[in-house]
Amino acid sequence: MVGVVGSGDLEVLLEPNLAGATTIAVTTSVDGYTRTWEAVLRRVFTAAALPAARIEINDFGATPGVVRMRIEQALEASAAADGQ
Amino acid sequence: MNTQALLERASFIELDARHRARALLDAGSMRELIDPFARLTSPWLVQQGVVTQSDDGVVVAKGKIDGQAAVVLAIEGAFQGGSLGEVGGAKIAGALELAAEDNRRGVPTRALILFETGGVRLQEANLGLAAIAEIHSAIVDLRRYQPVIGIIAGTVGCFGGMSIAAALCSTLIVTQDARLGLNGPAVIEQEAGISEYDSRDRPFIWSLTGGEQRFASKLVDAYVEDDAEIIRATAIDFLRRGLPAINRSERCAEFLACLAAVDAGVQATPGAIRAVYQKGL
Repeated sequence: MVGVVGSGDLEVLLEPNLAGATTIAVTTSVDGYTRTWEAVLRRVFTAAALPAARIEINDFGATPGVVRMRIEQALEASAAADGQ
Repeated sequence: MNTQALLERASFIELDARHRARALLDAGSMRELIDPFARLTSPWLVQQGVVTQSDDGVVVAKGKIDGQAAVVLAIEGAFQGGSLGEVGGAKIAGALELAAEDNRRGVPTRALILFETGGVRLQEANLGLAAIAEIHSAIVDLRRYQPVIGIIAGTVGCFGGMSIAAALCSTLIVTQDARLGLNGPAVIEQEAGISEYDSRDRPFIWSLTGGEQRFASKLVDAYVEDDAEIIRATAIDFLRRGLPAINRSERCAEFLACLAAVDAGVQATPGAIRAVYQKGL
């Protein structure tokens, strides 16, 4: 299960995590949005039961909506990679 | 193009670098080298507070095209304007050098380069320039064995040192959205003044440096629709033709003779520029 999506505003790398927990590392060019990040990530990862994953996010100033969409795309890409 | 045809075609421009590479290679044959999980990122951007991308904006994809070994080097225009730094530049140069090495060992390998770049990444200055010089010499080396196909789809275009790399390719394919030029429009505007060259005047910019104009001026070999299938088919067609009798860059004397006949006292127009090259080449 690996997935990567990038679009110039945000890059998401997704790998399996064996620990039974999901870890997320965010690198962003925009300061002062810790709470927004927490809210967006909480919403994505509490909405559905997702596989344990190690996630890296490189953000170049994407909006919260785009963040959510890209993470979901990465999950989709990793599911598609599993299917092959 | 009618509406139905427009809906049915698969746009190439709308794809990111990774998906462009996949669209060019034979189905199921793509294997990415130094992929994002290798995490070979720019050490220089971090020091300047710029967020890196895990592939440094360059996708190296090995696979087959038309059943024969190929490597696709796709620049991601959405990351830092497709600018080339130390890592991304080395990925392209290294892959081209290995392809030439493969040819010398009896494994005919072709290269396709997807140019979507403003040229050197200013934050990495000399290291980016050095990498671009290596790309130039690697193209010249590889094109002796197998065609090196350059594709400029758009919408970033191809400028700076990488426009020289594009000009060194055996064959160059462009779309209407492509632009090709040594200096980007904003740079020319800054140097020559807005009255001379307004970088925000899109019809004007494309009329001088756009794909159609470059094709009419014989600076590129094919002018195609933004359609992934057509672009792949055009690339395969050129590969099947083998090495060109003479590379465009080896015809520089003829191009210079065309330019020597230009009266610089008269304002250049797109039509006049086409006429200059069409008459002389």
